[in-house]
Amino acid sequence: MATPGSHDRITSNSPTRRSVLRAAAIGAGAVTLPSVLAACGSGSGAGGGGGKSVTFGSNWSDPVPKKGIANAVAAFQSSSGYTVKTNTVDHNSFQQNINRYLQGNPDDVFGWFAGYRMQYFAQKGLLGDISDVWSGFSGMSDAIKAQSTGLDGKQYFVPYYYYPWAVFYRKSVFAQHGYQIPTTWDQYISLAKQMQKDGLVPISFSDKDGWPAMGTFDYINMRLNGYDFHKSLMGGHEDWSGTKVKQVFDTWRQLLPYYQQGALGLTWQESAQALQQKKTGMMTLGMFIGQQFAGADQADLDFFAYPALDPTNGQDAVEAPIDGFLLSHKAKNETGAKKLLTFLGTPKAENAYLSADSSELGVNSSVDTSGYNSLQQSGAKLVSTAKSISQFMDRDSRPDFVSTVMIQALQTFLNNPSDVDGLCNSIQRQKTAIYATEG
Amino acid sequence: MPPKADLEPAVPTGPETAAAPAAAPTEGRRRPRAGRRRIRRLTTRDRLVITVLLGLPLLFTFVLVWATTLASIGLSFTNWDGIGSAKFIGVDNYKELFTNYPPFATAIWHNLLWLGFLAVVATPLGLLLAVLLDRKIRFGRFYQSAIYLPVVLSLAVIGFISQLIFARDDGILNTLLGTTGPGGHPVDWIGNPHINIWVVLLMAGWRHSGYVMVLYLAGLKGVDPSLKEAAAIDGANARQTFFRVVFPVMRPVNIIVGVITVIEALRAFDIVYAINGGTNGLELLSVLITDNIIGEASRIGFGSAIAVVLLLISVGCIVAYCMTELREEKS
Repeated sequence: MATPGSHDRITSNSPTRRSVLRAAAIGAGAVTLPSVLAACGSGSGAGGGGGKSVTFGSNWSDPVPKKGIANAVAAFQSSSGYTVKTNTVDHNSFQQNINRYLQGNPDDVFGWFAGYRMQYFAQKGLLGDISDVWSGFSGMSDAIKAQSTGLDGKQYFVPYYYYPWAVFYRKSVFAQHGYQIPTTWDQYISLAKQMQKDGLVPISFSDKDGWPAMGTFDYINMRLNGYDFHKSLMGGHEDWSGTKVKQVFDTWRQLLPYYQQGALGLTWQESAQALQQKKTGMMTLGMFIGQQFAGADQADLDFFAYPALDPTNGQDAVEAPIDGFLLSHKAKNETGAKKLLTFLGTPKAENAYLSADSSELGVNSSVDTSGYNSLQQSGAKLVSTAKSISQFMDRDSRPDFVSTVMIQALQTFLNNPSDVDGLCNSIQRQKTAIYATEG
Repeated sequence: MPPKADLEPAVPTGPETAAAPAAAPTEGRRRPRAGRRRIRRLTTRDRLVITVLLGLPLLFTFVLVWATTLASIGLSFTNWDGIGSAKFIGVDNYKELFTNYPPFATAIWHNLLWLGFLAVVATPLGLLLAVLLDRKIRFGRFYQSAIYLPVVLSLAVIGFISQLIFARDDGILNTLLGTTGPGGHPVDWIGNPHINIWVVLLMAGWRHSGYVMVLYLAGLKGVDPSLKEAAAIDGANARQTFFRVVFPVMRPVNIIVGVITVIEALRAFDIVYAINGGTNGLELLSVLITDNIIGEASRIGFGSAIAVVLLLISVGCIVAYCMTELREEKS
C-alpha cells in the first residue's frame, strides 16, 4: 500500500486538511440552513396565512387507508376551498410519539382513537373542545356519541369508521358439516366438540402480538358481567382479584382445549390463514380478518355475534373500535380545522374513505351502504342493533396498565391457566400501583 | 509493545459509550501536558480550531451521554407521564420494581443468561474459529465470509430468519424433524416460554461469534511470528504456545472482546423485539425500558428506574472487567 507515490500524495495533501474541514463546516451549514429556513417558512405560513389552510396529521400510513384519507381530504378541498396540508406518519411511530407530538407542534387536526385513549388526552388539556361541531352532526347514534365524549361531558372526537369484533367462520365449512350458529355458550362449546370430532381444530387463536387475546377477554367479561362492569373495570374502578374477574378466566379456561396449538407463537395473520385454509373452524377477531381472505374466499367469510353467557346481558354489547379525528389544543387555524372536522363527520366524507377501504364500516347511519360487500353489510347490522359499543381493552383502559401489565398477564394465563388466583392478585396489585400514580 | 497505543484508536469503534470510562483516565492524564507544550507554537486560528474540534465532541459527550444519564437517574425518583411536571416520589419506583413487577426478575435473569451464554459459549467459539481460519486452511476466505455474514445482517433480519427456521407448523427445523405431520407433536420453539430464550440465544450467539472471530483474526495477524518461533525453540507444544504466548500477547483485543461481549449482552433488544415484542419468555431489561418509556404507556419515572438498574449492571461489569485486565497488565 505505502508506495512512494501514495506517500507523496499524502504529504502534498496534508496542508489542505483544514480546507477540507472548512468545506465540511460550510457543507454542514448548507445542510442545516435551508431546513431552518424551511421551518421558519412553514411556521409563518401556517400561522400568518392560516385563513385558508389547515394542517392535518395522519397516521393512516398503509397504502389502502392512506388512499381513503386522501380521497376524503380531496373532497373537502374541492367543496370548501381550503387547502389541507397532510403530514402522514407511520401508524406505530405516530402512536408511540403521541405524547411528544401533542406537546410539541401538533397539526390542527389529527387522527386518533375513541374511548379512554382519547379521554386521557382531553383530561390533560391537550385536545380542543368540539361540542359545537358535534351539535351540527346528524346520523350519529348515542353509543357513538358517548364514545366521542370526554370525562367532562364535552365532545372531543369525530368518529369516522369502526370494525366490529365477532366470531368469524367460513360459510362453506359450516354448510358442509351442517353446523348451526351458536347463540349461547353451551351451544358454542358443543359446536367446538363436534368440530373436533370432525377433524377440525375448532378455534383459531393466536397471541404472539399480545393484543388479540384481549378481544376474547373483553367479550367473555361483557357477556358474563355486562358492559357497565367492563367500562368500570377498564377504568380501574373494580377489583381485579374479585370473583367477577376470576369467573372470566374460569370461563375462558373451558375454551382452551379447543384452541389451536402453539397460540403464543402465532401472529393473528397466521391463525387467520389456518381458518382460511379450512384447518380451523372459527376465530374471534376484528373485521380486518378479511385482509387474509382473497377474492372468492372473502365472500365465503361470515361471522356471528359472540355467544351469550348470561341471559341478562345477552349479546347486546359489541366490541367495535372506532377510529377518527381530534382537534389539537394549539390549532393555528381553529375555524378551518372545525370546518374540516365538520366535513369529516358527514356521510360523504365516510364514503370517500370507504370507496378505498372495504374492511371498515362508516359510523354515520346515513352512510351509503350500496357499495358494501356482504361482510360489511352483516357488520353494519351487528353494530346497528348493539345496545352498547365497547372499544377494546387497550382503548378503554390506561395504556400504561394494558401494555405493561395486561399483555403479560393474559400470556401468563394462556401458558398456565390453572393459577387464576395468583394471576388476578398480581394484576390487582400492579393495577393499584399504576392507578395510584394518577396525579 | 504498549497495549494502550493499540487500544486507544480501537475504542471509538467499539459500540456505545460504556467503553468511555475505561479510556477516559488515560486521556485525562495525557492531554494537559501535550497541550501546554504545543500551545506556544499555535496561532490563534489553530487554537480556535482545536477548541472547536475538542469542544464540540466534549459538548456532545456531555449533552448526549452524561446529561441524559443524570437525567435518567433523576427521573427514576419521580412519577412522570410525559405531560406536565414530574412529581418526586423517592424510591417508590425501585420498591415497585423489585416487589410488584413480575417481568423484572425474568428480564434480569435473561440478561445474565445472555451474558453467560455469550461469554462461555459464543466468544470462545469465535476465538476457536479465528484460530482455525488463521491457519490458512483451504477455502478459508469463504468460511470467513460465511461466518461473518450474520454480523452484517441486522438482528431484526436474524429475528425474521429464526422465524423461518423455528416456526412451529411450517418452520424448517420441525419439518426436518418430521414432527409437523398429522399425529406429530411439533416443538413450539418460539411460542413456548421455556424454550424460546434458548432459540434466541442460539441466533444471537451465531452472530456474536462471527463478530468475535473477525476481531481475533485481526489480533492473531498482529502477533509477532518470532514469538511463536521462540516458543517452539523452547520446546512448547501448540497448546502451550497458544495459551501461554499468543493469547496473552493479544491482551488489547481480549479487552475489547470482553467489553463488547458485555455490551452486546446487556443491550440485546432487536432480536427479541422482532420475534414477539419481548414478551412471553423473551423479557429483557431493554425491552421493559422501551415498553414503559416509549409509546403511550409513558411510565417515564418507572422506566428510568429500570434503566438505572441496567446502567448499574453494565457499569459494574465493565469496571470489574477492565480493572482485572488492567491490573494483570501492570503486574
